[in-house]
Amino acid sequence: MQFELLINAIIAGLLLGGLYAAVTVGVSISFGILDIVNIAHPAFIILGSYIAYIVNQTLGVDPILTAIIVLPAFYALGAAVYQVYYASFEKRGQDALRGLAFFFGLLFVTEVMLILVFGVDYRYVQAPYIDYTLHFGFVDLPLRMLIPCVLSLLMLLLLQLYLSRTFTGRAIMAVSQDQLALQLMAADPIKIKRIAFGISIATASLAGAFLIVIQPLEPSVGREYIGRVFAICVLGGLQSLPGTVIAAMLLGIVESITATFYGPSWAPAVAFGMLLLTLAFRPAGLLGR
Amino acid sequence: MASPLLEVDNLGKRFGGFVALDGINLSVTQGERVGLIGPNGSGKSTLVNCMCGTLQNESGTVRFDGHVVDGLAAHQRTHRGMARSFQLPRPFTTLTVSENIRIPLLYTANTRRGAHLSLAEITARCEELTGLVGLAAKADKLPRDLTQVEMRKLELARAMAAEPKLLIADEAMAGLSQSEVADIVALLIKLNERGITIILIEHIMRAVMSFSQRLVVLVSGKKIADGPPNDVVNNPEVIGAYLGQ
Amino acid sequence: MRSFLFYLVSILVGAAFFLFARWVGNDYLFFAGYTVLQFIVLATAWNILGGYCGYVNFGSAAFFAAGAYSSVALHKLAAGIDKIFPESLAGLMNMILPLPIPILIIIGGIVSGVIGLGTGYLTLRLRGAFFAIATLALAVVLQTLIVNWDFVGGSRGAYIIRPNDIPILGSYIQYLFLVMLVLSVIAIATARIIERSRLGYGFATIRDDELAAEACGVPTLRLKLIATTISGALMGMAGAPFPYYIGYLEPSSAFGLAYAVNSIAMPMIGGTTSWVGPLVGALLLGIIQQVATVTISSAVNLLIVGLLLVGFVIVAPKGIVGLVQDFMRARASDQGRPTWRSRLAIFANMRPGAR
Repeated sequence: MQFELLINAIIAGLLLGGLYAAVTVGVSISFGILDIVNIAHPAFIILGSYIAYIVNQTLGVDPILTAIIVLPAFYALGAAVYQVYYASFEKRGQDALRGLAFFFGLLFVTEVMLILVFGVDYRYVQAPYIDYTLHFGFVDLPLRMLIPCVLSLLMLLLLQLYLSRTFTGRAIMAVSQDQLALQLMAADPIKIKRIAFGISIATASLAGAFLIVIQPLEPSVGREYIGRVFAICVLGGLQSLPGTVIAAMLLGIVESITATFYGPSWAPAVAFGMLLLTLAFRPAGLLGR
Repeated sequence: MASPLLEVDNLGKRFGGFVALDGINLSVTQGERVGLIGPNGSGKSTLVNCMCGTLQNESGTVRFDGHVVDGLAAHQRTHRGMARSFQLPRPFTTLTVSENIRIPLLYTANTRRGAHLSLAEITARCEELTGLVGLAAKADKLPRDLTQVEMRKLELARAMAAEPKLLIADEAMAGLSQSEVADIVALLIKLNERGITIILIEHIMRAVMSFSQRLVVLVSGKKIADGPPNDVVNNPEVIGAYLGQ
Repeated sequence: MRSFLFYLVSILVGAAFFLFARWVGNDYLFFAGYTVLQFIVLATAWNILGGYCGYVNFGSAAFFAAGAYSSVALHKLAAGIDKIFPESLAGLMNMILPLPIPILIIIGGIVSGVIGLGTGYLTLRLRGAFFAIATLALAVVLQTLIVNWDFVGGSRGAYIIRPNDIPILGSYIQYLFLVMLVLSVIAIATARIIERSRLGYGFATIRDDELAAEACGVPTLRLKLIATTISGALMGMAGAPFPYYIGYLEPSSAFGLAYAVNSIAMPMIGGTTSWVGPLVGALLLGIIQQVATVTISSAVNLLIVGLLLVGFVIVAPKGIVGLVQDFMRARASDQGRPTWRSRLAIFANMRPGAR
């Protein structure tokens, strides 16, 4: 019995890890590659969740489909936020303090506005696969977790291909290392960074849809994810997308086992605790240099 | 034969796959004037960073004043008597010129065993140094109000304020006019006469030749020459790698 | 001479408000005033690490709550003396406990100071961004620990029975108000003393260029740890009387987001380069929020704070103090003679780094 519980906890953790990877990849880009500490990223994710929720409520459209349709809007939002960030902070060479305060303010304002509009009740979406679970022997695979996990891994794979195979993608990877060389290759670093940040926020749209499919949400859930996101990012070695996936799965498993055997009230501390430990003892991450 | 003030023993430093420094051996005796030259990117600043603790070297040892300093933080090495100016000036942007120079006096000169400077003494030394590099008129200005040349002078003054035994001047004279270069060289020689050992990193050959008792050449992370200046500049390898014609 | 003036003025202003509130006779002013004073302490404490050193702390709530919960723990200890201690000690304990508020404040300060030191030791060798993220982590970890600690009530919360009246003064809230007033003066005085000392210069170099600071001989890690400890301790001191103020403490209110946002927004809006900024920011935002909570709603007032933070950070990064300084400097340099404005600027002694 214990063994079956453990296996299911591990599997649930793996599936959860898929979601966590989707949630984190945006920060892997903005923090790992662009060196912008966007702690407001969870706010964009929750925004995506609520948009998916509204469309689902009023028009009955599948949340993940909604997210895909809204992708360009999120991309544009990301590009706009980057422009403001660049004009106000990067260009002026401001200390990191103000950039952090800016994003913190965004995070906060978004959460409060969502509270004012939607209130603090939990919201959830309806979709045909949400209540359906596959059974293999004693193994349970809830579709509402399996589908987002699979789609998330697909999204990450596409991103990895983009970053390593296309010109713009490689320029994005390069911009983190050598801006001058990039300029000599006739690519505008600012434009490249804007594209990258736009992509980063676009992933939030999808991640938001995945999130609300998996669990009911209320506005403050975003803040829980800050710790998870940065824990995974740091553990996975900042710039590495495969590292992100591995770290996400690891976190998912540890959280799932903790929740199953010690109770769910300890779960939020797991991610943050792992983050503190990683920062204290192995800041380069598991796969980092 | 006095033991060397600074001993760099087989120092190595990599950045990822890139080897910045490869087995550097360098020995500087007390009171020497050493010039360090080499093409851009040859590792001169990296060497300074490793010696002073801003970067940690992966292999090899650095010994200063008879003690191994590997693993010591930069501020501890400064306390022991190593001071450096940065190649790209790094002033404290919210402090005035005078306050910039005051910092090493407050935190290094004042904290050495046996030294306890009064506020008046600190202020006096601060003013003296500010005047010595010709920045007295701009003592109350912020670094953003300084010209590039003046910022380099501030860098040098700040390094001098730490009252070091060894001063490493990293391209302190870039952009200066001929007479200004001569002034700085004269200043450094005067400091040397007071007993301060100096390593001068420069591209301005005239300054290097007139200043150095010994010349060291770094190319692509390796030391390729080390000896009297006239011998070194006539060394074919050095001419080929750096000096040109 | 200037220091004497400073203390004199602050005592007079505090006394004036206190007497005014007593004359009005409405306890509400004391409740509201306590909250504003609390924010003055939090904002000033935050600024010592954030404004002076440049290291952002997102977990102010953690330090505040640590102070609050040490008071709760000691209160519970006092209530359960006979159950916890053997008879031999119970007598002794009954004499010491319950501890008076000033002692609780000191203990709260020590607890939070140690937490600050510990967090700093683990993470300050890394870049500032990592430290900021670690402070976020700290807040959640601590909250989870408290939620699971039944002795202090866990998620159910804890009731603090407070006396109704205090001899001489009258109502208990007036006593708490005075305590917080003294604490505010201590906090501001601490900030002011740091600013004018060698430590203040050291902090400024850390903020401006840590690498160059090290090269100049500034022991950056040690100074950062000092800043974190002092900052944390002051926040813990602000939190210690809180359970007595509020009567019923539960984790979500002790660790409330309002603390994190306000302790960042108030110094950044007021100005981070000197002790004046957090004071101005706390007074301004504190009063606005009190008014908004009563007239509109508490969610909206947090929205206002958030929007002001984002707005100021983009448009006026030097804060209100910076705007005023620019104004004064422009006028003072017109004539070259000191004017009342430039004299006022010198009195506030906005340095170092106050340009």
